[in-house]
Amino acid sequence: MLFTSYEFIGFLLLLFLLYYLLPGRHQWKLLLGASWLFYLSAGPGMILYLLAVTAAVYLAARRIGAIGAAHSAYMAQHRAELSREERRALKDAAKKRQRRVLLAALLLDLGILAVVKYTNFAISNLNSLLHLFRGKGQLSLWNIALPMGISFYTFQALSYLIDVYRGVVEPERDFFRFALFTSFFPQLVQGPISRYKDLSETLWGEHPFHGPTVARGLQRVLWGYFKKLVIADRMLVAVNALIRNSGQYTGAYVFAGMLFYALELYADFTGGIDVTIGVAEALGIRVRENFLRPYFSKSIKEYWRRWHISMGTWFTDYVFYPVSVCKPMLRLNKFARAHLGEKLGKRLPVYLSSFAVWLATGIWHGASWNFVAWGLGNWAVIMLSQELEPLYGRFHRRFQVAGKSWFKLFQVVRTVLLMSALRLFDCYRDVPLTFRMFGSLFTVRNWAVFFDGSLLNLGLAPMDFTILGLGLLLLTGVSLLQRKGSVRDRIAVLPYPLRFVLWFGLFLAVLLMGAYGIGYDESQFIYNQF
Amino acid sequence: MEELLDILRSLHPEVDFARREDLIDSKILDSFDIVSIISEVEERFGVVITAEKILPENFNSAGALYALIQALEDED
Repeated sequence: MLFTSYEFIGFLLLLFLLYYLLPGRHQWKLLLGASWLFYLSAGPGMILYLLAVTAAVYLAARRIGAIGAAHSAYMAQHRAELSREERRALKDAAKKRQRRVLLAALLLDLGILAVVKYTNFAISNLNSLLHLFRGKGQLSLWNIALPMGISFYTFQALSYLIDVYRGVVEPERDFFRFALFTSFFPQLVQGPISRYKDLSETLWGEHPFHGPTVARGLQRVLWGYFKKLVIADRMLVAVNALIRNSGQYTGAYVFAGMLFYALELYADFTGGIDVTIGVAEALGIRVRENFLRPYFSKSIKEYWRRWHISMGTWFTDYVFYPVSVCKPMLRLNKFARAHLGEKLGKRLPVYLSSFAVWLATGIWHGASWNFVAWGLGNWAVIMLSQELEPLYGRFHRRFQVAGKSWFKLFQVVRTVLLMSALRLFDCYRDVPLTFRMFGSLFTVRNWAVFFDGSLLNLGLAPMDFTILGLGLLLLTGVSLLQRKGSVRDRIAVLPYPLRFVLWFGLFLAVLLMGAYGIGYDESQFIYNQF
Repeated sequence: MEELLDILRSLHPEVDFARREDLIDSKILDSFDIVSIISEVEERFGVVITAEKILPENFNSAGALYALIQALEDED
C-alpha cells in the first residue's frame, strides 16, 4: 500500500475514525492491528520476517534484562562480603553473559537481513569471479523479493536491543507493545529509524481527539504530498529520460541530471517523511525529525548531520563509536602516534572507523557496487576536507571571507554540487558508467542545451518546468522561513480567510498539479527500496 | 581538570571550555573530536570511556566529562 494510493487514504480515514472513537487505553492495540494489516498488504509472507525480528529482539532484550536484574539483586545482598576484585569479576561475568545474548541476536537479525538482501549480490560476484578464471559453472540467482522496510525495522529493533544492553533503556515486558514499536506503520517502509526512548514517550499513551493537533498533522501530510506528487514525481520523468538514455545524454545533460535528481530525491524523501511524521502527529505520536534543511549545509560533514539524521546517528552511535573506542583501535591509535607522528597518528584510527561506517552505509543502501562506491566516495570527500583543514585555516587567515553572506552561499552551492556529483552512482547504478558520465562533463561541450530548448525533449512540457520552478521557489522560501521556527505555527495565527486560502490552495495544487495519469505511474518512494 | 581542559583546548583553541555547557548541543564537538578526546583521556588518565558512555550529557561540558572520568576511576 503506497502512501500515495487511494487505498492508503481510505485506510487512514477509517483508522482515524476508529482510533478516536476507541477508549484511549485501547488505541495502541488498534495501531498494532492497523500496522500489521498495512504490512500484510505487501504480501502475506513478508510479515513473517517482521515477526521473526520482533520476537528475536524482544526475547533477547528480556534475557539481557534478566541477567542484569539477577546480578543487581545478588550484589544488593552480598556487596558487603565481597572484595573489590570479586565485585568486579562478578560484574564482568554478568556483562559477558549479556554480551553473548546480544551477539547471538545481532547475528540472527543481521543474518536474516544479509541473506534476503545480499545473497544475490554475493552470487553475481561469485559468478564474475568464476568467469574471470574461465570456470564453466554459473550459479543461478535466488528468486526472492526483499521484504518491505526490512533494513529500517531491523535497524530500529537492533538500536533498542543495544540500548538495553548498554543500560540506556529498560526492556519492554509486553510483547505486543514492543511489536508496535518495530511495526508502527507510518515509519515502517522508509524510516525514520526511531529510537525506543523517543518513540516510547507517546506511542502507547492515550490520545483523546484534539482538533488542532489532528489538523496540524494533516497539514504536514498535505505538504508531504505536495513535495512528492507535484515536484518529485514530475521531476522523475526527466531524470528517468536522462538516466535511461545515458549514451545520448552526456556532458551538460549529466549536470542537468545531477540538479534534477537533487531536487527529486529531496522532494521525494523529505515529502515521504513529512507524510510519516504528519500521520503520526495526527495520531498524537511524536516521531523525531529526519531532516534539518540539509541543502543549506556548508560542508559535507554538516550535510550528513542534517540529511536522513536517524540513519546518520544510528551509524555513529552503533558503528562509529564502538569501532573507534574499542581496545584494539585504542592500541592502534597509540602505535600510529608513535610511528607516524602525533598529527597523522591521531587521525588514522578515526579515518579507519569512518571507512567502516561509510562502507556499511553504502551497503545498507543497496546490494551493489555502485552503493559501495557512493559510500566510499562520501568517506573520501570527508577525509580529504579534514586533511585540507590547515590549508583552509591559512586561507581564512589571509582572506577574511568567513561569515560573509556570499561566501556562505558559495559553501552551500559547493556542498549541493558535491553531493549531487556523488549521487551519480545512485543514478546510473553502474560504477564504470558513472565515471564515464562524470568525465563527459568536462569533455563534451554541449552547454548550449541549457538555452536552446533541448531540455524540453525529456518528457516535460514548458508548463511542467514552470511548476517545478515555482515549486522549487516555494520549497526554498519555506525552508528559509523554517529557520525562524515552525511555518505551520506562523500560518495558524493568520486570519481565518487567509489560512483557508493557503491550505485549500495547497490542497488544490496537489489535486490539480500532482503528477497523475498517463505517463506518470503511481511511483514508489525512492527510499522504500532500501 | 586542567589536564582535561588542555586536551579540549588542543582541539578547539577558540572555545572557552571552562564555561561552555552546550558542547554537544551546539555542535562544537563532533564525532571525530569525541574519539580524539577518548583516546587522549585513555592515555593521560588511564580510563577507557566505552561507547555506551558517549551520551550528550557526559560531553556537554568539561565538568560533566571530568565527573565521568572520576566516576570511571572510582568504579568497582
